[in-house]
Amino acid sequence: MANYLLIPLLLLTLSALSPAMAAADGSNILQQQCASCHNLTGPAATKLASLWQRKGPDLFYAGNKYNQTWVEVWLQQPGRIRPTGMFYMDHIKAGPKRDMVDQSTLSEHMKLDAADARAVAKALATMKANSALIKDEKHDPDMAPGPLGEMMFDKIYGCMACHQIEPGYGGITGPEIYTAGKRLTPEFMLSYIRSPQAWDPKIWMPNKHVPDTNRQKLVNYIVELSKENFNE
Amino acid sequence: MNKYLLSMTLTSLLLLPAISQAETAADNYKTYCMQCHGMQGNGMGANIQDMSVQPRDHTDAKTMSGRTDAELFKVIKEGGLAINKSALMPPWDSTFTDNEIHDLVKYLRKLCKCKHAG
Ligand code: HEC
Ligand code: HEC
Ligand code: HEC
Repeated sequence: MANYLLIPLLLLTLSALSPAMAAADGSNILQQQCASCHNLTGPAATKLASLWQRKGPDLFYAGNKYNQTWVEVWLQQPGRIRPTGMFYMDHIKAGPKRDMVDQSTLSEHMKLDAADARAVAKALATMKANSALIKDEKHDPDMAPGPLGEMMFDKIYGCMACHQIEPGYGGITGPEIYTAGKRLTPEFMLSYIRSPQAWDPKIWMPNKHVPDTNRQKLVNYIVELSKENFNE
Repeated sequence: MNKYLLSMTLTSLLLLPAISQAETAADNYKTYCMQCHGMQGNGMGANIQDMSVQPRDHTDAKTMSGRTDAELFKVIKEGGLAINKSALMPPWDSTFTDNEIHDLVKYLRKLCKCKHAG
């Protein structure tokens, strides 16, 4: 190869490599290692067929949903959040008293090292689709439900039918709720409870039409719950 | 390509989006109801372990024939509270169109192999 071709080529390769070596590039990692399972661009599934095929939670509105520090920690030590995986029908089997989780169908999440986790958490925090859905949600930490919180979550609104409020206690077709307060922003929770369908049109969480005051109380119950120490 | 084939192809192209959008009652039941009412519709869903009121067995012809189609429609759309039953049975008005709920009522009649014994 002629020299005048080789030199620019060398420079090009070097310039492509050097930033990657200096600091992990979050959006690159997302594209290369995560896009096969996570929707990074939207929109959410509008048909059951595509809902069933989803391999991981949608991340295109991650910046409006998760607490960045939680993401950074979880990616280094990912534990299960959804007891029945992405679509519950793919992970249950008939049992003697009720349908049971088929643990053999669930797999562990990939792990990132500290630098990559940090870079990815940072990149995810900039992905702010659906901002219109949370812009009017004002969280009021003072509207605490006190001891009534659990009764609201369980009996009055029937949320516990699908969500666990401590390890092994509650329903299993929704994400565990006892860690949700660490995972999610209060504004996202307020908006999601107001209308799950606005975020994810086909999701199997129903809109329970919770009035504003009680939505605040449910969210504050969830936040309080996540401060308890569940030694798992 | 002859004219007949061409017009057939065009029509099917026009129909396709409409067809793929509509969900069948079987698919809706599988996605939204089986989590509590069970893979067999017998009330033994994956969620029931700690539920204080157990989901109805939809294959139980005796009980299900005691409900009118209008009552079934109402409980699916507005939830258990609307018919003085448990709040653990959710309202699905934000999930389904009325047509989809009518289809679910027909589907429940197939599951119980029963009609309203009026
Ligand atoms: C093989 C498919 C797969 C790949 C690849 C994958 N994920 Fe996941 N991810 C999942 C699944 C499934 C869950 C849900 C886990 C649970 O609920 O227990 C998940 C959950 C998450 C969550 C928590 C979201 C929530 O709402 O619970 C984050 C954040 C996440 N993944 C980030 C990433 C990142 C970043 C990468 C790439 C470095 C990645 N994932 C690669 C399948 C995948
Ligand atoms: C029929 C089952 C069901 C019921 C009842 C239900 N949920 Fe959910 N919930 C879900 C599912 C499914 C998701 C979303 C799962 C996903 O994104 O992968 C969800 C998500 C959530 C989230 C976000 C959690 C996360 O980690 O992303 C919150 C908060 C929540 N629900 C609160 C509630 C509250 C409060 C109630 C009662 C008013 C309730 N849910 C009732 C099934 C249910
Ligand atoms: C979160 C759990 C849950 C989900 C999801 C759920 N149900 Fe129910 N359902 C219940 C419970 C609990 C009862 C019993 C209520 C009672 O007897 O007080 C019930 C009762 C019923 C009844 C009987 C009402 C009567 O007249 O006795 C019908 C019909 C019904 N459900 C249909 C459905 C359909 C259709 C779906 C899906 C679109 C569905 N349910 C999803 C929990 C659930």
